[in-house]
Amino acid sequence: MSTYFTKEHEWVKVKEGIGAVGISEHAAHELGDVTFVELPKLGATVKQFDVLGSIESVKAASDIYAPVSGKVVKVNEALNDAPEIVNESAEDAGWMAWIEITDESELKNLMTKEQYDEFLKTL
Amino acid sequence: MRLIYEQSIPGRRGVKLPASDVPASAPLPENLLRKEPAALAEVSELDLVRHFTNLSRRNFSVDTNFYPLGSCTMKYNAKVLENAASLFAPFHPMTALLPDGEGFCQGTLGMLYDLGQMLADITGMDEVTTQPLAGAHGEMTGILLISAYHRAKGNKKKYVVVPDSSHGTNPASAAIAGYEIITVPSAPYGDMDLELFKKAMTDEVAAVMMTCPNTVGLFNPHIKEIADIAHSHDALMYYDGANLNAIMGKVKPGDVGFDVIHVNLHKTFGTPHGGGGPGSGPVGVKKALIPFLPQPRIVMDDGGQFRLETANPGSIGRTAGFFGNFGVMVKAYAYIIMLGREGLIQASEQAVLNANYIKERLKPYYELPYDTTCMHECVFSASRQLAHGVHAIDIAKYLIDRGYHPPTVYFPLIVKEAIMIEPTETESKATLDAFVEVMIEAAKAAESDPQALHDAPLTMPIGRLDETKAAREQNVCCLG
Repeated sequence: MSTYFTKEHEWVKVKEGIGAVGISEHAAHELGDVTFVELPKLGATVKQFDVLGSIESVKAASDIYAPVSGKVVKVNEALNDAPEIVNESAEDAGWMAWIEITDESELKNLMTKEQYDEFLKTL
Repeated sequence: MRLIYEQSIPGRRGVKLPASDVPASAPLPENLLRKEPAALAEVSELDLVRHFTNLSRRNFSVDTNFYPLGSCTMKYNAKVLENAASLFAPFHPMTALLPDGEGFCQGTLGMLYDLGQMLADITGMDEVTTQPLAGAHGEMTGILLISAYHRAKGNKKKYVVVPDSSHGTNPASAAIAGYEIITVPSAPYGDMDLELFKKAMTDEVAAVMMTCPNTVGLFNPHIKEIADIAHSHDALMYYDGANLNAIMGKVKPGDVGFDVIHVNLHKTFGTPHGGGGPGSGPVGVKKALIPFLPQPRIVMDDGGQFRLETANPGSIGRTAGFFGNFGVMVKAYAYIIMLGREGLIQASEQAVLNANYIKERLKPYYELPYDTTCMHECVFSASRQLAHGVHAIDIAKYLIDRGYHPPTVYFPLIVKEAIMIEPTETESKATLDAFVEVMIEAAKAAESDPQALHDAPLTMPIGRLDETKAAREQNVCCLG
């Protein structure tokens, strides 16, 4: 399983054509206490870098962008009742959606973990 | 402090009425009667007076303390304006709508007409509607006017462009009107990135919404060029008047290419905010948009008589009942008359001077992301204090203990740990100096005793609120 990151601080973990999507530890930390996650609709199709959902914290509201194109096949309903999971486990239990990836070649538009860590140093 | 309901004692009354000595009329029909008595607090008059007097003493307002809440222009509201508004109290708001009623209320209609004319003059617009009830309502009205303009011309428009420093209400108003939002990032100098803006502009863009000076307190030097580019695509320029207090008499938004503007009477024109308000958000437009203005429009006929014009098929219709928040308009009218042209110019100059004074004095202690002359407000970042674990919110809470309303924090979103200070023109140098000293004290405490800032406020009826819990577990039920 490989993990990729966007400049907007989403991550996608790819396994057998499915991408699990969430926001990075860095993004969760910057947002502060998350109070609401607007999940995408099950079955929706999204294009790479289009708005997938949104996230609100005590400080700000931001859009979540789709790191890959595809169909939303699963959403993390647990976030509806417990958005704090995003703060506790941004890159694991805080996942937001599974996307059935239509074109894996799009992954080349994303950063690896090492590239993302370098990118964070430039901010 | 106990709720008024918790002080209730069954049978206790403020007023004891004598027994009725007139024959009882027939009782109301059963279906109109309550099944159970209304849940009202049963208290004496003195209990009630003490309760609300003590509550009011806990109120924090411009009348009690310095209130440098950035982007809100919390200037002092002169009490004489309340007197002016009360002069109009006897007039019935429906008079003008009666058959031939206009003749009985030439004074009130004339006041509204003159206020519109003065606001049009200040903003460089051709006509103003005073109907919208608040700033965001003005934005909504403005976007509906833009939408009506494009529909009438047969333009196919899909997008509204906003900078990433915009007030959240800008994209929200545009989205409610059915547009998709394109957000243009800011350049390192703190204004919308001109090159990225050019790329975002197509013939499908309906409007560009800008606040100028923007939310980091900077006036965009490229504004004319931006307007020209927008107009080349027949996109209209929308001016968010939130920061108009910086430029009165200096720049007319209409002169630099804006087509629609809303102004906040409760910010710029000296009328109270929020609970002390209500607000009022008149909208000014250029000639091409006049056919779409809300009605009734107040017009002056050749004989100098004011009348209502309602037969206007292109109008977006009413946006408020009666004529909007009339009392607020009387106060704004009196404010403009009282200050006059020179007074308004001086107000803006003093507001800008005050903000720059605070900026210069606090610069050694707080990070200043955009180190240049600011307009009516300055934006710091608590990033230096963050190194000691102190956030902008901790500094804000500390200021409460020291008798100051906190500045706006965490806005604009493009500045990390933002602290946005808007002193306004009505504060003296002594007040600004005292505030600066407390801000310096907070910066020093961040290094020497961060816990003191984390613990604040300590002097208030309640301590630090758990904002996360409040947002996550909302319970807005009044009783039970």
